[in-house]
Amino acid sequence: MTPPSPAPRVALFVTCLVDLHRPSVGFAAIKLLEDAGCRVEVPLAQTCCGQPAYNAGDRSTARDLARGLLDAFGGYDYVVVPSGSCGGMLRAHMPHLFDDDPNTRARADALAGRTYELVSFLTDVMGVTTLDATCAATATYHDSCAGLRELGIKAQPRALLASVAGLTLSEMADAEVCCGFGGTFCVKYPDISTRMVADKTKDIAKTGAGLLLAGDMGCLLNMAGRLQREGSTVQVRHVAEVLAGMTGDLPPIGEARR
Amino acid sequence: MQIRSPAFKANVSAALADERLQKALEFTRPAFPSRRAAAVADLPEFEQLRDIGRDIKNHTLANLDFYLEIYAANVERAGGIVHWCSTADEARAAVLAICEKAGARTVTKGKSMISEELGINAHLEAHGITPVETDLGEYILQIRNEGPSHIIAPAFHLNRNDWEESFRKVHTDLPADRVFNERRDILTEARTRLREKFLAADVGITGANFLIAETGSSVIVTNEGNGDLTQTLPRVHIALASIEKLVPTLEDATSLLRLLARSATGQDFSVYTTFSTGARRSEDLDGPGEYHVVLIDNGRSGMIGTEFQEMLRCIRCAACMNHCPVYFTVGGHSYGWVYPGPMGSVLTPSLIGVDQAGHLPNASTFCGKCESVCPVKIPLPKLMRHWREHEFERHLSPSAVRTNLAIWAWFAMRPQLYRIATRIGARVLGWLGRKKGRLSSLPLAGGWTAGRDLPTPEGDTFFARYARLQREGKL
Amino acid sequence: MSKDTILNAIRRGLKRGPLPEDQALGLRARMAAHPRHLIPARSRIDRPGQIALFLRNIEKEFGTFTRVPDLDAIPEAVADYLTANNLPSDFAMAPHPELAAIPWSNRPLLTQRPGRAQASDLVSLQHGYAAVAETGTLVLPAAAVRPTTLNLLSDTFMVVLRASRVVGAYEEAWDLLRAENRDERSGGFMPRNVMLVTGPSRSADIESTLELGAHGPRRLHVVLVDDDPAAFA
Repeated sequence: MTPPSPAPRVALFVTCLVDLHRPSVGFAAIKLLEDAGCRVEVPLAQTCCGQPAYNAGDRSTARDLARGLLDAFGGYDYVVVPSGSCGGMLRAHMPHLFDDDPNTRARADALAGRTYELVSFLTDVMGVTTLDATCAATATYHDSCAGLRELGIKAQPRALLASVAGLTLSEMADAEVCCGFGGTFCVKYPDISTRMVADKTKDIAKTGAGLLLAGDMGCLLNMAGRLQREGSTVQVRHVAEVLAGMTGDLPPIGEARR
Repeated sequence: MQIRSPAFKANVSAALADERLQKALEFTRPAFPSRRAAAVADLPEFEQLRDIGRDIKNHTLANLDFYLEIYAANVERAGGIVHWCSTADEARAAVLAICEKAGARTVTKGKSMISEELGINAHLEAHGITPVETDLGEYILQIRNEGPSHIIAPAFHLNRNDWEESFRKVHTDLPADRVFNERRDILTEARTRLREKFLAADVGITGANFLIAETGSSVIVTNEGNGDLTQTLPRVHIALASIEKLVPTLEDATSLLRLLARSATGQDFSVYTTFSTGARRSEDLDGPGEYHVVLIDNGRSGMIGTEFQEMLRCIRCAACMNHCPVYFTVGGHSYGWVYPGPMGSVLTPSLIGVDQAGHLPNASTFCGKCESVCPVKIPLPKLMRHWREHEFERHLSPSAVRTNLAIWAWFAMRPQLYRIATRIGARVLGWLGRKKGRLSSLPLAGGWTAGRDLPTPEGDTFFARYARLQREGKL
Repeated sequence: MSKDTILNAIRRGLKRGPLPEDQALGLRARMAAHPRHLIPARSRIDRPGQIALFLRNIEKEFGTFTRVPDLDAIPEAVADYLTANNLPSDFAMAPHPELAAIPWSNRPLLTQRPGRAQASDLVSLQHGYAAVAETGTLVLPAAAVRPTTLNLLSDTFMVVLRASRVVGAYEEAWDLLRAENRDERSGGFMPRNVMLVTGPSRSADIESTLELGAHGPRRLHVVLVDDDPAAFA
């Protein structure tokens, strides 16, 4: 695919968890997008994609939040999200909140069509094939459910990671099996969630990798929290941190700055 | 069947602590997905067939009243009798009446989930008729007085010792010192014992995987051959079938059969796929003299025209539960009624009420694996979400959840206040975790921290940092 | 009446009354035409390929086969199979004229008992109506000459099948049945029972591990009669 020209105007949808927990992922996204030739803006009226309400059955709050997003993200060439789950919300779900409201539905469809998850945007839209980043590690990659099954993200992160100097990828068994995060599921059914993430950390340990990567903060916090509870030394990072070459001065998730 | 779905959380705790169950889950878990994947890889048209399967079922449901009437007329033309039953009570009464009229003492049964749903066995027993389950898995469950934990592998949670122990307990006429060296010995004893039952039974009851309008046929699919012996040897055959099993033609059924076994066990085709059409013909040397279809609604018609209509496409292959990480963590009994796993999480609230089964559609991460393997493309996560919407509207969801959601939503609708709140939250949490970068416990977050640490925020929110950098002209 | 209760509930859900006659006509036409859906390419191959696919699938599903040139060769093939597997030489046999026409007297040690199967039968011999190459599936419609019990009660299940009756896909077998079978009772083409049999009986109910011979036969053996010139490469 030829990159769009000239420099597309891209709105970054930061997402709640990146905003609150891991701002560096947002800055990594900005760097990656700018390096790929985008003009990046961060609309200040954004908050949340509405998933917590949507998945709790509170459709009306989800709709209200969605209307706010439609306003906040109007007028950009693209909206890019460093999360498969929030990206999936915007692309696959949000338009259906307005099935009974053709005008808003049309706006939501338009937004959905312009919205991409970060890594797949870099490869599939901007045509990025290699990156100038270094990370000396053996990593393993977890395919987050929404990114994988709603947005078809599987090859893209692996393709870009292959260009990171010093990085080797060691695939885990069942990389496509859910880690047990599931949004509020992890606190509504903590027993089940904990067992699921413990199954996941077993698969991670078997790879011998020292670094776990994924594209969704929820899954990453869940897996990092479990690995650390188990006393594992595996480091956990959002894939964008590695692709942006930011691992040098940013401690891994759940570890303190030295 | 007793409803234990409201106790889902307690069921889960028990299941997680049950070593035997966890071992069986761990052993069985990889088998189903790898077998299905191999069968699918061997049939390049599989994805297209899924669309076809969905379309056939949708077409039938849109014209279900019409096809049911054609079907019933064709059953009767072939010498069968159709018993239309709106409710479980009517269906139980119909089955009992047929058995009593036949003077039945023992009844053999093929595996049937609708029979579990209706509680046929208990009803027959209460009226002095002995039902004998003949599917190996169902047979041991009947001995142990347990329900199935899976819709196609009902007893996979049991191990060899359980089988041996149960057989010794009930087959008391056999030598007590007999040895069960291998699975084969268990199988042989069951085969011998059940062969006697097949020959002695007055009535055979099976379920139906499909009904075919064009020919008035009921179809069962088995690997053991028990369903066929059940419907061939006794004088009377009763097929129990819910109304959504219907398809218009043999060709429609055939396309769905191409999906069924591959999705279920990963076989290309099940060993026995049998089409029964009416009663024994005068010149036949074998087969039942009476053929009855107990055609059951029991809540299905109420799903038509609602957001749950798509669930009526289900062909009970079990692919959704076979690929479900939650199912393989908690096992089938945790779901507390007949239908476990993702399909159960949608269907059970429809049949017994969301007030009873409210946990089921909530106990999903929405990972979407079930939908991706469903042979008739039922959007299971979406339907589970619809149940959550019903719960939310009816104020059935826990009040703490509702309150938290309301507070969060109030802020999320107000970006400027939201920034302040998140900034405080990020800073407090970041400060609390400043030494290690994580917390091992946190008030009100016990759900999270019981089994994992809580990584703490970097310290300031993205938007605070972004604003600062902008002010400093660094962006 | 429950019938009306159910039909009315369905119609309420569908937000209509009984199906309008013009639409009903369309649905009746669809049933009369019984259109085929997608048929997988795997069986859309030449005759020799279809026979080979059928036999490959018989073996994939834990069955065995012998290929014989004509009916005259069947007694020897049956005798050899029974001897090789240490099986008794007497068997229940479908009372089908084609099986009766086999020169069984060539092998006087074999004893056939025409009729339905009894519980005590260890071996049975069925007449194969047709077979589907796609999955190695035998098509066995019940008839006075093809009793169902033969498919089920014995430990070892043998089937004589003409190669000319091997079709590619299930739909072709239905077409044979539609064209050839008249059922007096229903006025249609379906006999009381049609069994599609793919391999010997099996179960994985004990510890999720496959065992053959659950309730039905433990062995399935096909004697394929090469009566189809087109089936030779």
